[in-house]
Amino acid sequence: MNRLSTYLYRRPRLLLAALLVPPLVWFVVIYLGALGAMLINSFYALDSFTGQVVRTFTLKTYAKLLDPINVQIFARTTIMALCVTAACILIAFPLAYYIARFASPRLKTFLYLAVTLPLWSSYVVRVYSWKLILAQEGIVSWFTRLVHLDGLLQLYLGLPVVGGPSLAVSMTGIFIVFVYIWLPYMVLPIQSALERVPKSLIEASGDLGANPGQTFRNVILPLALPGVVAGSIFTFSLTLGDFIVPSLFGSSSFFIGKAVLTYQGTSGNIPLAAAFTMGPIIIMIAYLLIARKLGAFNAL
Amino acid sequence: MPSKVKRAAPMDSAPWSIKVAAGAALLFLHIPLWLIFLYSFTTEQSAYSFPPPGFTLKWIPQALANPEMQTSLLLTLRVAALATLLALILGTLAAAAVYRYDFFGKEAISFMLVLPLALPGIVTGISMRSAMSLMDIPFSFWTIVIGHATFCVVTVYNNVLARFRRSSGSIVEASMDLGANGFQTFWHVVMPDLATALLAGGILAFSLSFDEVIVTTFTSGQQQTLPIWLYSQMLKPRNRPITNVTAMLVVLATVLPILLAQRLIGRSTGETTDQS
Repeated sequence: MNRLSTYLYRRPRLLLAALLVPPLVWFVVIYLGALGAMLINSFYALDSFTGQVVRTFTLKTYAKLLDPINVQIFARTTIMALCVTAACILIAFPLAYYIARFASPRLKTFLYLAVTLPLWSSYVVRVYSWKLILAQEGIVSWFTRLVHLDGLLQLYLGLPVVGGPSLAVSMTGIFIVFVYIWLPYMVLPIQSALERVPKSLIEASGDLGANPGQTFRNVILPLALPGVVAGSIFTFSLTLGDFIVPSLFGSSSFFIGKAVLTYQGTSGNIPLAAAFTMGPIIIMIAYLLIARKLGAFNAL
Repeated sequence: MPSKVKRAAPMDSAPWSIKVAAGAALLFLHIPLWLIFLYSFTTEQSAYSFPPPGFTLKWIPQALANPEMQTSLLLTLRVAALATLLALILGTLAAAAVYRYDFFGKEAISFMLVLPLALPGIVTGISMRSAMSLMDIPFSFWTIVIGHATFCVVTVYNNVLARFRRSSGSIVEASMDLGANGFQTFWHVVMPDLATALLAGGILAFSLSFDEVIVTTFTSGQQQTLPIWLYSQMLKPRNRPITNVTAMLVVLATVLPILLAQRLIGRSTGETTDQS
């Protein structure tokens, strides 16, 4: 034992290898290997006649992505992700601002937990709670009847695109649930960006004659921007890849995640599912590049 | 001097508009979870009426005795336990290597480990599915475990690495100077120091795995973990009271350990929260 210990001590490279090889092999073989497998699969195609995957190089599957239906799916998902991100920013900012600037240390600890707990409590259950809320006989209908706005709700549901047979089956429903699920991911980075705004800077702005509104617009907001962008990376990326929410609250219109799931599952078309997934990956890479330009990575 | 102190005072109280907006955002985050608890006790069987027509405790024993729930819970626990074990081993090894040594590609390691969590779950999912299809690997218990372990590693890695960086290296040197060999030092000095970090990282990994649906959908085939069973119940509600109760139990099972983990890590570190 002693000799082995000394032997390893004298050869740090060997010890390093012993430490590094298992996780490295796992990630390179299993994870990067799987990503590679997806890439390879996206260049295969499904023989529409036999329903079997033909393992020869082709761009046919990628060409399918340009079908109007699929372009529509990409557009619908991206627009939804943008709307969800915008709503998350609007809702998260005041909360993050309050936690960072006004809460006492004790309250801050409490609020921090109050934001992280929903983040960590079960994702499926949080989605499920909205099944209860948006149900026709649920709390939203009860409330709108209580304040006599049920007519207005019906009118809203009658609108094209955002409406639907009920809130539980509509774009608005999907949108609300997405905003709810990803909101904590937006609060935390904004809060941490705001925490880093030096108090002296705000005082200086006031001393130089800016009113609170001007200080907010010209000092705080620009400094909080990296946090906002960092949060938007989460909300955007998570919305792009999700299939649970659209399947539970959507009508028949597909989102990227749901399309991928359906293609690989019922139709066994793994190549098309793989090629489809390259969509969010490319959209995300573009988004990340823009975010890096805006300095978001310093706020993560 | 006193006049200067007064100047900074206004920022201690928030404008009412911000208070209201912040309060509303908090309610928005929390009311849905309270409703899960409320509906676990409703007497209603086949609808989600609000306010519930009456309250009962009878669904709780029924849910606990439900065979489908039990099978999926057992599978989830087995998967989470194994995935956590693997994550603990791989995460600690990687953290030790990154902390102790300088080597080519060190920066890339952290990036690679966080990638499965940072990319949308569907990317990891369809990748695993593609690999399985390419190599004709059938769905099994192990395909679920491998998928989970892959995205759990980073929680352990982050916690252990943070602990390494905070604890002083001199205790290791002291141990060696006092005549302990490398293994003794590891077991008697390094391990006790790491214990709470491992526990915290392990708890986070466990609840991450316990809760995962998206990657699991692609790697589980016909097997149902508890979140997948819940999801299937939402798609085609067969037994709403039992789903309600299970949902409540899942919230408790994920939230309580996380509170414990937060205590172990100390509130100051924000790194454990950036998961997706």
